[in-house]
Amino acid sequence: MSLEEPQDSDQDQPAVEGRSLGDELADLLGDHVLSREEHLNAPGFVIRPDEVQDVLFKLRDEAGFDHLSCVTAEERSNRYESIYHLKKYDDPTQEASVVVPTDKDNPVSQSAEPVYRTADWHEREAYDLVGINYEGHPDMRRILLPETWKGHPLSRDYEQDRPQVVPLREHANPLEDDHSGDGGDTMFLNIGPHHPATHGVLHLKTTLDGEQVADVESDIGYLHRCEEQMCQQSTYRHQIMPYPDRWDYISAGLLNEWAYARAAEDLADIEVPEYAQIIRTMGAELCRIAAHMLAVGTFALDVYGDFTAIFMYAIRDREKTQNILEDLTGQRLMFNYFRLGGVVWDLPEPRAEFFEKIRDFLDDLPEALEEYHDLISANEILQIRTVGTGVLPEDVAKSYGATGPVARGSGIDYDLRRDDPYGYYDKLDWDVAVEDGCDNYSRLLVRLREVEESAKIIEQCVDLLEDWPEEDRTIQSNVPRTLKPEDDTEVYRAVEGAKGELGIYIRSDGTDKPGRFKIRSPCFSNLQTLPEMSQGEYVPDLIASLGSLDIVLGEVDR
Amino acid sequence: MSSQDKKPFVTEDSNVLTDTRDARMSGQDNRFNSKLREAFGSSPFILTKFDKFMNWVRGSSMFMLQFGIACCSIEMMHTYAVKHDLDRFGAGVPRASPRQADVIIVPGTIVSKFAPRMKRVYDQMPEPKFVIGMGSCTISGGPFQEGYNVVKGAEEVIPVDIHVPGCPPRPEALVYGVAKLQERIANGESSPVTVKPYELEQFGDLSRDEIVDELAKEIDEDDLVMRYNWADSP
Repeated sequence: MSLEEPQDSDQDQPAVEGRSLGDELADLLGDHVLSREEHLNAPGFVIRPDEVQDVLFKLRDEAGFDHLSCVTAEERSNRYESIYHLKKYDDPTQEASVVVPTDKDNPVSQSAEPVYRTADWHEREAYDLVGINYEGHPDMRRILLPETWKGHPLSRDYEQDRPQVVPLREHANPLEDDHSGDGGDTMFLNIGPHHPATHGVLHLKTTLDGEQVADVESDIGYLHRCEEQMCQQSTYRHQIMPYPDRWDYISAGLLNEWAYARAAEDLADIEVPEYAQIIRTMGAELCRIAAHMLAVGTFALDVYGDFTAIFMYAIRDREKTQNILEDLTGQRLMFNYFRLGGVVWDLPEPRAEFFEKIRDFLDDLPEALEEYHDLISANEILQIRTVGTGVLPEDVAKSYGATGPVARGSGIDYDLRRDDPYGYYDKLDWDVAVEDGCDNYSRLLVRLREVEESAKIIEQCVDLLEDWPEEDRTIQSNVPRTLKPEDDTEVYRAVEGAKGELGIYIRSDGTDKPGRFKIRSPCFSNLQTLPEMSQGEYVPDLIASLGSLDIVLGEVDR
Repeated sequence: MSSQDKKPFVTEDSNVLTDTRDARMSGQDNRFNSKLREAFGSSPFILTKFDKFMNWVRGSSMFMLQFGIACCSIEMMHTYAVKHDLDRFGAGVPRASPRQADVIIVPGTIVSKFAPRMKRVYDQMPEPKFVIGMGSCTISGGPFQEGYNVVKGAEEVIPVDIHVPGCPPRPEALVYGVAKLQERIANGESSPVTVKPYELEQFGDLSRDEIVDELAKEIDEDDLVMRYNWADSP
């Protein structure tokens, strides 16, 4: 139905006149392609399960698809299917989906891990929740659910009411385990899942050589609360929207809601009024400020180690944004403000007072940021701790699919607000903050600079909203009460969340609920880079690296 | 004795005749003529039961466990920090170690993998200990109740003294919950230990059924396990 979509975005590409990206890639892949599919966002190529690596290597090295956004696995009526959503870091509007169907009785597919390192965790998740086996995967284990779990919960024949048994094993004994065996003198150390420095319920299994990290393995799944299942059980129109707020719960609610809104609006072909887009843009950037404030505050907490001034200042500024957002949406944290086709209500009355409040906040912000720079980024102690530690080189970051401030701190100029514009961003004047230090310090600086850019965007939005003609204040377009997108329509859409590329894949099945709802969480991919960043570093620098990744376990585990 | 039963804090002041009292009454020394003195009577001593005193102390100085799970922990941090400042009520010192904490606020959804860990943290806290369940997830599983992996309420794992509803509760609501808990502790009403349906138990103690038989190979008999039976959950 929408062959046009990818073609439209390719008009300005140096492609041969009249040929779409899909045709070109089909030529490139030649006999590998069994058949073609069209997803709303990208051309899809169905390939054999034992040729995954060949195809992906070709797409990566010859067509330049260097970003594996997401791997979606699902069980269909007659087959299992893994979909690799590919993008380019240089131009994320160029997308391709590689669809790998596998046999129902023996779902084995070749692993993409040698091509994209990020496929490691994505495929483990697919194995855990859906039950596809990946051949050649270095570590095919469950990732989110306990190891003794019976069944794969997103597969079709899963019985949810079966009892389950979950073991609590004693932590490995450091004295026995570490000194036995190969005669090495490393020590094993558990960090988490209940630990103040892990930003939630993350478990790091670290192996120490003296005070240096020899190896670290993240054990996630302590907050896996079935978000995808929840969304698959809910109707498009109203029931899904509250859940995105709870993925990245660091006040980034509107950014997450936008991810769902964007995907669903593309799926059901819904227009959003311009006025609503400006309100969305303003709200989303306020959320970004709040999210980055907490990231900066807790990062300082991790490095300095106490609930001191910086943390309190960060919370103070968050309180201000939360007050504004509460005026706008009626909620402090879980906004549930977006609707498909707009927002739920107009700006609060009296509007002048509301704008005044935002302007006051923006006027105070430069001074507050100055304070942060004095306390944090200009502080010698922090610089010693963060400059040159937790180094994540650009190519490593790309192969792990890092996005957001983590990628921009490694010199990757990638921001979906600019590169794949949505909302009102392309009509506003702002910059993408990029630092090429690749270390903890750069990531901190990127966040602080992004707060300034967000403030710029909000200011322009307020100007626009103030002068907006009274008769044109349409907050929602006319959307049917029940949405039933056409059967078997597939779309993957992403927005720039506070932590990076937050994408949603939806496959409709002709009912008013999604057939498959997959969340591409930026934190999930970003967290994968932790071993690369911290091997050989000191333990405190591991903690600093973790803080600079700014993960939210609600989004990692979903 | 009967008068003491009625007003336990107040000593019959006609029996207490001291130099201090004389000095106070005659105006030579005004230091002791405070509002508190008016409330308590003339004696420089307060008589009370030790239990009552301890309860009052416990309620007035609570060390919270620094324990974040999910969304609610963000609001919990706001409750500790500026503006809401839980420390005003003598309950705002988050301790990172369970060994030093009196109160555990359970802020968020508990899933099957985390429940045994939370139980362990709770077990590590010294007695007497109190639990505040924050948010709908700790009451029933909240918006995630139907999830295959979600424990339907904190009470499935540890006893809860105070439930603070909301998704998430506002900091004001949490402050109210903490104040209520303090009030109950000070009045000696806290911590009725409720039924705990899911105790950690030795794997070998589980009654044998198909699941247990299936797992018998994978799990060591000495392991502690929790058994979840969603069908029987509330």
